[in-house]
Amino acid sequence: MYSDTATDQEEKNNYLNHSKGIKSWLTSLDHKRIGVMYLFSILIFFLIGGIFALIVRTELWGPTKTFIDANTYNQAFTYHGTIMTFMVILPLIPSAIGNIILPMQLGARDVAFPRLNLISYYVYMSGALLAVITLFVGRVDTGWTFYTPYSIRTGGATILVLAGAFLMGFAAILTALNFIVSVHKLRAPGLTWTKLPLFIWCLYATNIIQMLATPVIALTLMLLTFERLMGIGIFDATLGGDPVLFQHFFWFYSHPAVYIMILPAMGIINEVIPVFSRKNIFGYGGMAFAVFGIAIVSFVVWGHHMFTSGQSETANFIFSLITMFVAVPTGIKMFGWIATMYQGSVRLDTPMLYALSFLFVFLVGGLTGVFLATLPLNVHLTDTYFVVAHFHYTMVGGAIMAFLAGLHYWYPKFVGKMYLELPARIGCLITFVGFNTTFLPQFVMGIRGLPRRYYDYPPEFTQLNQVSTVGSFLIALGIFWTFLFLIISAYKGAKAPRNPWGANTLEWNTSSPPYYENFEKQPIVTRGPYEYHS
Amino acid sequence: MAAWKKLFENSTRLTLFIIRERLVMSHTQTTSGKHHFAHHFKDAHHEFDSCKVGMWLFLLQEVLFFAPLFVAYALFRSTHPEAFLEASHLLNWKLGAFNTAVLISSSFTMALGVNAAQRGLHKKTVKYLALTILFSVIFLVVKYFEYTHKIHAGLLPAGMFSHPVEHEKTPLFFSIYFMMTGLHGIHVLIGIGLIFWIMMRAKKEEFGPEYFTPVELVGLYWHFVDLVWIYLFPLLYLIR
Repeated sequence: MYSDTATDQEEKNNYLNHSKGIKSWLTSLDHKRIGVMYLFSILIFFLIGGIFALIVRTELWGPTKTFIDANTYNQAFTYHGTIMTFMVILPLIPSAIGNIILPMQLGARDVAFPRLNLISYYVYMSGALLAVITLFVGRVDTGWTFYTPYSIRTGGATILVLAGAFLMGFAAILTALNFIVSVHKLRAPGLTWTKLPLFIWCLYATNIIQMLATPVIALTLMLLTFERLMGIGIFDATLGGDPVLFQHFFWFYSHPAVYIMILPAMGIINEVIPVFSRKNIFGYGGMAFAVFGIAIVSFVVWGHHMFTSGQSETANFIFSLITMFVAVPTGIKMFGWIATMYQGSVRLDTPMLYALSFLFVFLVGGLTGVFLATLPLNVHLTDTYFVVAHFHYTMVGGAIMAFLAGLHYWYPKFVGKMYLELPARIGCLITFVGFNTTFLPQFVMGIRGLPRRYYDYPPEFTQLNQVSTVGSFLIALGIFWTFLFLIISAYKGAKAPRNPWGANTLEWNTSSPPYYENFEKQPIVTRGPYEYHS
Repeated sequence: MAAWKKLFENSTRLTLFIIRERLVMSHTQTTSGKHHFAHHFKDAHHEFDSCKVGMWLFLLQEVLFFAPLFVAYALFRSTHPEAFLEASHLLNWKLGAFNTAVLISSSFTMALGVNAAQRGLHKKTVKYLALTILFSVIFLVVKYFEYTHKIHAGLLPAGMFSHPVEHEKTPLFFSIYFMMTGLHGIHVLIGIGLIFWIMMRAKKEEFGPEYFTPVELVGLYWHFVDLVWIYLFPLLYLIR
């Protein structure tokens, strides 16, 4: 455990007060500042995406029209999906939290290419703004998947959104490249691969997926743009092309992409659980290789999104089988976390509460994934609310819960103040209850056959839909509450010591908030990241 | 004759250099010198090494960036071989072959340029980089004539195709042709810009044995662009 004393000298030169003014932030090459800029930008998009979610849920309060017409509804769920996936969950943990934490956990002064890091941020922002601008010029109604042929024929500003997603993908590739080189080249002396914190392992696996999968979607979206501009016909059956090819390309990226969302989330849980259980992580090697297992398998399961798209039965069978393999490394991780807590001295601080919520909701999300991988069940459940509930359990329940765990865990490090414990716990409780209220009923609706994305539904689904809508407002309340108190904490919170949780990874071996160049002197690592004894 | 002799000498020297520097002494590059490396690296060599890993990763994602087009090509060629055969005959393989030779030559001069930069021969660096730019411009000029000819003949992407053909799916080939060669052409254009940039820096004598990272990286990029064309040429022009 690192020393817990801070001197006045240390506070004078941290990354927040090193230089002043908006320009010093916007042109900063410091990974911490870039991470903070990512964090704020992404949270703004999170707010926009959340508002669209509430619009969708409010419209679904009753059958037929509640307050918007069907076309607006289509646009609302398209924006909800596009913003939440491309702008929020994909970059949330790697680009925002990862940017701040990764170099510090490596014991480095910065990422390998600081300028490239800043460029990535601006590429991301220009892509995101390009996509958001379409709210005022044209709008899109394709759904976040841009399936052909509808996305070729429909009006609106689809091309702008495609260009935006292209740019954001490019930013993700550059960030991934930056992180991979950093992990290879900038580890502190003594920080061998087997002493790396598991958060780094998870980010590394994530970055590999980002590097290898994102270019495919980038080119696919480019082809779709040309399809709209001049009719190249590759995805257009009327010109001799193949619309299913688009789905193949799309899911070749977008399936691994869900692991871009969940692996960093697992990384955060890997950090939080040992620290708050005061125990070494159970099966370090297994945990690290499970992440790579998931990353590798993620590349060969994309076909399970297309069981009903006219794929051959052989392909369906193979994809179904491989998809079930995902459950094996995921199971290893679940058992590893539970075994870490076993006989540990568990402290239920807010990060740990979020981590426990994560374990619960991710278990539900993961197991329903196995349901969906089963061929006969999938034929019944495909494109129903069951799928919606499943991927919200993994993406919101998984990624967002873990993000909140990480945000509270590292809050003292980011801001230099402790968050207010009691309101934070209440926020966690509201979010957790709201989340389950929203999405548990959707499993039931899905099994009863209610298709997703529909504007209207039979009256017998009214009650379940209303429960779900109430839940969505509870989530909104929980998130609002949480962030409100996080902002208050920045002013009212107690001053954070260097290492409030008694953690053992390198980012706690510096002042809170960290020095401008992270460490006063090059740290040297002599023991594993989760060895709390001695 | 003298020019050829010189070229031969240079290429021999390059080969020897590659064997010596890359295989035998790969980790002993000098670390002293005037180049100021970024604050988070141990020394200039550490920086150079990191940049090189980064470039290789970038090229790896470039491969995946081109991949969907190759998949689309493989898919449609396997389902409609006769259309691809017909379409390939509508391309001028002689121009394609000429361009292949031009691009390989540019890769060669690029390698000579990188070598000259590593040895601190400023004038030679500029000369070889200028030659590389010349070759790549020739490539684009030939490509321009090929494109204009096709546009006049109505050999366009499927949506705008207007050339009399036997097979229904032949237009699809031209969609793929224009997407593949177009994407490659954009990479060539970017490459010209990058080479011009390092040429300007070489003119200011910024490179030498202790610092030649940008030249090395642009060189890698350029060889990749060349390599893509080496796949495109037979796949598109030489179906028989």
